[in-house]
Amino acid sequence: MGLKNFFERKKIEGVDNTMYLTLREERRISKENNRIIKYYERQKARKNVPEEEYLTQMRDPNNVVEFDNLHTYFFTDVGTVKSVNGVTFDVPIGKTVGMVGESGCGKSVTSLSLMQLVQAPTGQIVEGSIRYQAGDGKCYDIPKVPKDRMLKLRGKEISMIFQEPMTSLNPVFRIGEQMDEVILLHEEGATPEIAKERSIAMLKSVGIPMPDKIYTKYPHELSGGMRQRVMIAMALLCNPRLIIADEPTTALDVTIQAQILELLREVKERINGSIMLITHDLGVIAEMADLVVVMYAGRIIEKGTVREIFHDPKHPYTIGLMRSKPSGKLKDNRLYSIKGQVPNPINMPDHCYFLNRCDMAMDICHGEYPKMIQYSPTHFAACYLCGESSFPKNDLAKE
Amino acid sequence: MLKYILKRLGLAFIILIGASILIYMLSMLMPADFIDTQTAAALQSGAMTMDDVMRLKELYGLADKSFGGIMKSYFSWLKSALSGDLGFSFLYQKPVTKVLSEYIWLSFMIAFISYILEIAIGIPMGIKASVNQYSAYDYTVSVFAMMGTALPSFFLSALLLNVFAIKLRIFPLQGLTTATKIFDKNAYIQIFLDKAWHLVLPITVLTLLNAGYIMKFTRTNMLEVLNSDYIRTARAKGLSEKTVTYKHAFRNTMIPLVTTLSGMIPGLFGGAMITETVFAIPGIGYMALRATLQGDIPFIMGYNMFLAVLTVLGMLISDLMYMVVDPRVKLS
Repeated sequence: MGLKNFFERKKIEGVDNTMYLTLREERRISKENNRIIKYYERQKARKNVPEEEYLTQMRDPNNVVEFDNLHTYFFTDVGTVKSVNGVTFDVPIGKTVGMVGESGCGKSVTSLSLMQLVQAPTGQIVEGSIRYQAGDGKCYDIPKVPKDRMLKLRGKEISMIFQEPMTSLNPVFRIGEQMDEVILLHEEGATPEIAKERSIAMLKSVGIPMPDKIYTKYPHELSGGMRQRVMIAMALLCNPRLIIADEPTTALDVTIQAQILELLREVKERINGSIMLITHDLGVIAEMADLVVVMYAGRIIEKGTVREIFHDPKHPYTIGLMRSKPSGKLKDNRLYSIKGQVPNPINMPDHCYFLNRCDMAMDICHGEYPKMIQYSPTHFAACYLCGESSFPKNDLAKE
Repeated sequence: MLKYILKRLGLAFIILIGASILIYMLSMLMPADFIDTQTAAALQSGAMTMDDVMRLKELYGLADKSFGGIMKSYFSWLKSALSGDLGFSFLYQKPVTKVLSEYIWLSFMIAFISYILEIAIGIPMGIKASVNQYSAYDYTVSVFAMMGTALPSFFLSALLLNVFAIKLRIFPLQGLTTATKIFDKNAYIQIFLDKAWHLVLPITVLTLLNAGYIMKFTRTNMLEVLNSDYIRTARAKGLSEKTVTYKHAFRNTMIPLVTTLSGMIPGLFGGAMITETVFAIPGIGYMALRATLQGDIPFIMGYNMFLAVLTVLGMLISDLMYMVVDPRVKLS
């Protein structure tokens, strides 16, 4: 087996070109990767990092998180995958930001970068900053925050709801045990009794009937919707300032989806926090989000308020997305779909990544990657199509 | 629960009957039986005639090798076996049950000590290797584990004997007691220490051979668990890496680990045939090998049925342990 694999060249499959790596290239890649990974891992393993190194200032004190030119790369055996390639956007306090895009466009990696949970050692944040304004008024630059400090933010200030409620709870611990753990970890002076009381109260507040019974159950004894409620309850235990919901409704059936969304909206109002909602369901975005970020192949191609994105989409990809949602008044019974596939993430060319799928491509599109163009105080898009900005403060939109 | 166990025991009984038929047939069909091997020399020298041999075979119940004859003797064996009598060993001239009960304890002790050592070495190493996947530590440990599982026991035994017993003369070469020393009958401590000294090498061999397997098993399962969604959830809660690994991940790895390891416990009584033979340690494995070579059918039957019972018991324990460690499993 080993010998066969040895002779079989590793293949990079692209949309329009499939290429094979030579042995020499492969060796070069793995050498390079080792060097880079070692550098970043050493950086992360440092102890007693002085606070000044990771504290910064927010650009706008009304934001809870500011992503600034974030680059998260995966150093794989076949080359560097630029999962997040220069992402800039803000999450204002008390607002819901929806992130849309196809699978593999970097939505989840962006959110995991914020939690410092990118799968190391292959995945590394290589450039840019994520500024997070903590409850104590300090402002952290997440990529530089040392691991032990990050433990105090994770779960307490920033919590996360994952997409698979079926597999996201540990199957061998009771619900209560898994919830109490969070309180005992983050709240000073919490006793098991207090933790239990709060867990049960929290279960009740997310609409779980008979919370004291559910408290003693194992995850497999609950339905998918119930488990997602438990996940939400767990995320809320320490009154987080920011909740990242990574496709919270994808694995649930439609009626439960509506309930969970309703619950999320309720929760947001209650804690007065922000939500980063990751989904590829435009219906969910329309219902929940205040601001929308559309990602494609690791970059933001358009961002704006919900109204702007839904009523006045600028980028051909966003326009395609809008057209491909079922509206109920279709004349010919076919659903629109954007042709083609997401390009191979390795060795991305320096032109618009959407070029090979774009209906409206022009000659200029073969040139360098388009800059972000501003259309209104909140609306940005990266496309040559609409030409120069009609909005005067163009220099704000530097990407 | 009780119903499940009873059902499994009923099933086990059928399996054991099947196994006993197979083993009986095979051992009866061996070309040279006990009488042949015992009388070969006398027959050659003319001290015995063919008639004498046949008479002896008649006496031992080995004369009739036709299918009907084998079946007849099998059923008479089965009848007495069911009443707890496994027959009389030709070679050791003692009841089989007595030989078994005399010799299994030494084998069990050797196996049990190495079992504990294997677990104590294999599991922590496996965890550490999986947490630092693809690190130098992981590669080193994996290579040694692979070597341990791949080496034949007689080869490793011979290697250790050559180095530690012959070249360095630290450990004794063979046996369980030092023949040149005479101990006072009441010097229990000295006798014990002398025996323990003789058992160091065999226990080392068994430990080295199996620790690698346990390490690999732990590593594989741990890696699978570490990549699962609930580990990401645990990290997202803000738990330290230590808690994530040893509480959330290891508790899940324990499910396959505990069931496999507890299933191995009955097997510890079975003896290590090759290792015991190389070191000439009078354990059950050594006795069984000798009996098998001589065609001692009652002992072969008794020992192999004993192994079959241990195997069936191991599987039952393993299944029952699933229920204990995995809350999702309900046996009914």
